[in-house]
Amino acid sequence: MKLTHHLDDATLVRYAAGDLDEAFAVIVSSHLAMCEQCRKASHDAEELGGQMLEAAEETAVNEDAFAKLMAAIDEQNQANVDGVDAQNVHQFPKKRAAISGDVPMPLQRFLGSQIADIEWKKVAPGISKHDIDLGKDVPSSLYLLNIAEGQAVPEHGHGGMEMTLILSGAYTDRFGRFGPGDIADLDEHVEHQPIVEAGAPCICLVATEKPTKFKGLVERILQPIIGI
Amino acid sequence: MRTALKLVNNNEPNPAIELAKHHRQLIARVGSSQDRAAFQALFEHFAPRIKAMMLKGGMGVMQAEDLMQDVMMTVWRKSSQFSPDRGTVSAWIFTIARNARIDLMRKASSRPYDDVYEMEIAADDKSSDDEVLQSQREECISAALQDLPKDQREVIQLAFVADLSQSEIAKKLSLPIGTVKSRMRLAYGKLKGKLEAVR
Repeated sequence: MKLTHHLDDATLVRYAAGDLDEAFAVIVSSHLAMCEQCRKASHDAEELGGQMLEAAEETAVNEDAFAKLMAAIDEQNQANVDGVDAQNVHQFPKKRAAISGDVPMPLQRFLGSQIADIEWKKVAPGISKHDIDLGKDVPSSLYLLNIAEGQAVPEHGHGGMEMTLILSGAYTDRFGRFGPGDIADLDEHVEHQPIVEAGAPCICLVATEKPTKFKGLVERILQPIIGI
Repeated sequence: MRTALKLVNNNEPNPAIELAKHHRQLIARVGSSQDRAAFQALFEHFAPRIKAMMLKGGMGVMQAEDLMQDVMMTVWRKSSQFSPDRGTVSAWIFTIARNARIDLMRKASSRPYDDVYEMEIAADDKSSDDEVLQSQREECISAALQDLPKDQREVIQLAFVADLSQSEIAKKLSLPIGTVKSRMRLAYGKLKGKLEAVR
């Protein structure tokens, strides 16, 4: 997949450091699942962590720490009827990873594998929404929007960080055209007005730090109702 | 994998690069034959660093020791899945420690990271064994980080080791968030530029 819009470098660093809450970790990893270039870039950012670990001052571990660990490994090995080493117990589910369907893998545990199976709730003319519940501990929100072809989303700025990942269809705003796999990783001061391309609805995943701020009075009144 | 055990002649040996290469050879031995001596060497190097990282992130001594045990257990179990194509042993062990810390300390889950990781494992039929390329990358990483200006290094250290969020870093250093972000971009950009050249 040839993509045009990728993650901001600062986002890659925060993701590598573990500084994104689950809503943003899910949208970033979903983009990574669709974008080999950013996958490689995320590993480059992790090298910063590797170097910091190398440079970290050492704190003595308990004297018996290694013996304790090997004993735990031996114990696990014995617990396996066939005596396989613990190393081989944790098999990766390769079949599951060879994903079917058009939902990126990090989203499948919330949505299943098919975009067509997602249930929508109409929130405004031409706009439907599907909320993803991550639990109340996660400060940001994560949801999908299904926006009808040709539909314009009211011009809005952002109260905080916002990312939009296109799953199908496309929209255009002043930053260009966003098609499947593209991610809009927007700064909080940015304002934009996406318009969905003709031909198909645009289905996108959105993570927001705080509710999006609409510009006009009508939209501001509508906001609690639309909830975007 | 055998070729990875051969040492490449280097005209000007750099200790950091030699160490990275050595770790790569050790993990290959653990992964292919459950070599406990090789694992012990890795343990002696990384365990005290992982514990220090957990302490810096605000954990108590007991908790840091326990989490270090968990991390090294995962290193043992997953060693056969380590691929030098994706990065250095240090970076890989860092990600295991990071994920363990996310699950324990943050109100989050490391599942999204694991999903991408599993996808990559499934996609790599067979990782290539390009010794020259791996050495070049190790060289780039070490060089890029050695040249890192102090103010950028500080931000990176606080984010990756001390586990501070972007806004906590800004507060601690009395800087606008935009400055923290741009230092992150600069530190990473330098590394990225060098790594892309050898990819």
